[in-house]
Amino acid sequence: MAIPARPALPQLDVSPHVRALILAAAWTIGTLAVILLIGLVLTQTEDVFTWSGYIQQIVSGLAQGAIFASLALALVLIYRTTDILNFAQGEMAMFTTFIAWSLMNHMPYWPAFVLTLVIAFVGGAAIERVIIRPVEHRPEIVVVIVTIGLLIALNGLAPWIWGPEVKPFETPFSNGTTEIGGVVIAYQDLGVLAVTLATVLLLWAFFRFTTLGLVMRAVANSQDASRLLGVRVGWMLALGWGLAAMLGAIAGMMAAPTQFLDANLMLIILIYSFAAAVLGGIDSPVGAVVGGLILGVLINILGTYVDFIGGELRLPAAFVVLLVVLLIRPQGLFGHRVVRRV
Amino acid sequence: MRWVDRAIGPLIFAAAVVVVALLPRFIGEFRLLQFTRVAIFVIAILGLNILTGYSGQISLGHYAFVGVGAYTTALLSLGRPGLEALQLDPPDWLPLGDGMTPVFTIPLAALITGVLGLIIGVPALRLGGVSLALATLAIAVSFPIVMKSFEEVTGGGGGINLNLPETPFGWDISTRHWLYYEAWVTAGILFVAAWLLTRGRIGRAWRAIRDGEVAAISSGVNPALYKTLAFGISAAYAGAAGALLAIEISYVNPDTFPVSESILLLASAVIGGLGSLAGAIFGALLLQFLPIYSQNPPILSFEFADQAPSVVFGVFLIVFMLLMPGGVAHFVRAVWHTARGRSFRRAVEPDAPQGGA
Repeated sequence: MAIPARPALPQLDVSPHVRALILAAAWTIGTLAVILLIGLVLTQTEDVFTWSGYIQQIVSGLAQGAIFASLALALVLIYRTTDILNFAQGEMAMFTTFIAWSLMNHMPYWPAFVLTLVIAFVGGAAIERVIIRPVEHRPEIVVVIVTIGLLIALNGLAPWIWGPEVKPFETPFSNGTTEIGGVVIAYQDLGVLAVTLATVLLLWAFFRFTTLGLVMRAVANSQDASRLLGVRVGWMLALGWGLAAMLGAIAGMMAAPTQFLDANLMLIILIYSFAAAVLGGIDSPVGAVVGGLILGVLINILGTYVDFIGGELRLPAAFVVLLVVLLIRPQGLFGHRVVRRV
Repeated sequence: MRWVDRAIGPLIFAAAVVVVALLPRFIGEFRLLQFTRVAIFVIAILGLNILTGYSGQISLGHYAFVGVGAYTTALLSLGRPGLEALQLDPPDWLPLGDGMTPVFTIPLAALITGVLGLIIGVPALRLGGVSLALATLAIAVSFPIVMKSFEEVTGGGGGINLNLPETPFGWDISTRHWLYYEAWVTAGILFVAAWLLTRGRIGRAWRAIRDGEVAAISSGVNPALYKTLAFGISAAYAGAAGALLAIEISYVNPDTFPVSESILLLASAVIGGLGSLAGAIFGALLLQFLPIYSQNPPILSFEFADQAPSVVFGVFLIVFMLLMPGGVAHFVRAVWHTARGRSFRRAVEPDAPQGGA
């Protein structure tokens, strides 16, 4: 998936790499400035405020956001290649997490993890071939409804197979915490962040450096042109669904230890991930990851420091923020303005 | 024999009215309750059908609007004294009144929910398409949470007990019969209203937007106006359904309106038949009876798990979309056309549902 250069800095006559670096630096500095600013505001408004506590909230927000980011990336992956928003993405992730749970009863964590990814990949590709393909060229609404059908079916099927009771889910990370400069950080959070970031990097490398990745980018760019060049477009779409299902499985397995495993595990996460994808710009992979991280931190900080919101009203609050962003910038942070031609 | 085609719609409607009117003579109290629920679902699905089937927008959160209608009726029918008797403490600026006959709260609930729909419809428009589905899904998920948070008005998780339903105006029928007729008369009125709406200028504009927004704009249709209007009207229908639901079960609580119901509501609307008012009736029957019968299949002697209905709904939805996107209503129409000696295929016309009942 290419990240097309944006005409954001028109006057700078430098190579794209340098420009990307400058942009990244600008974003990093901007983000740090915003974090600092919010912290400074909080020192005034909160009675008990510690910077270490604040940074702790940000780190656990990042871990939460990393889960949103992987699922958001899965959504974007499918959206880029097929123009479909897959409402079943979360339930597919939930279902594969149940499969992982079954496997983990029989084998250690990491083999089960890898096996689950393989199953998720095959399952995702199979769903594309069998269910999505027949409606591919139908109106958007038909495709959306099919994915909603999949959502409903999987949501019922999982508790039917595995029972309705909530299940504890194994975590490969140790339970303790570590202290870095006075900030207490859970290994669980660090592990989740590491796994998702590694996945994102691997995925990026796949699209950037392999021939198959290049072909998939070509398909996302123009299906017709790719077909003329001899690409098996149908199989590339199935591959995209498989990869997305894998990302979802990772999100599910990372979320399950802290939120426990049941059929509704991914529903709220799916909504946040949609929001993250829309916030980042629905056609931008970078946007999905950044959007997910921002959203994770945002809801954590809102939930902790705004009494009115507390733990309960996080979701509505996050959506109000999202709506405001979209009203100012309809294409999202990293998205592209869609120009409609008649 | 063109007149047969012309007359079939009104004839079926008349037959349906007769069936609905006479049904209570032949069924017991329990069935009566189920069919009262069917009427309520008909109203909600009619609203959803206007939004999705006619104006082409997807809402995954319509049960939240049903919830708003239900809470409105709960608050208005009890009034401030009634709420205070329940140890609730609504803020002073809320115009709650002193309690009113539940049946009169139905139009008010529809009105308030409709206005809310209009207000939500404006930013929702900006999102458009699939983002709208997402935004409405978020509304559906948020609704129970928000209701739980404003305890002093909504009673929080404990909900609100309404006064037990009773037959008003001193009429001499049992309360269950009164609820049944109340629901079906409302459904009938709203069905005719939907028919009038969709066959006229507004309905034409909606269909034009659904089938091609650019073409609609070129023909002088203002999509923003008509889409928002569809959102408002559809929310008002949901509000009326919610009012009836609150009266019927005489209790509202946040968990009566879970997000799963919103999704099943859309599923039934689609399987019943988008873009067909008759489809709302099929959809409502499905929503009421499919969960019961898919859990306890009538012929088989065993019971399925609690989750069976949701699996059946999902599979139905996918299969219908693949094979018969027009839903049951269009299947019935196709069979009718075949019986009249026309091509089945032409009659089905998958992707362009025709308007009208």
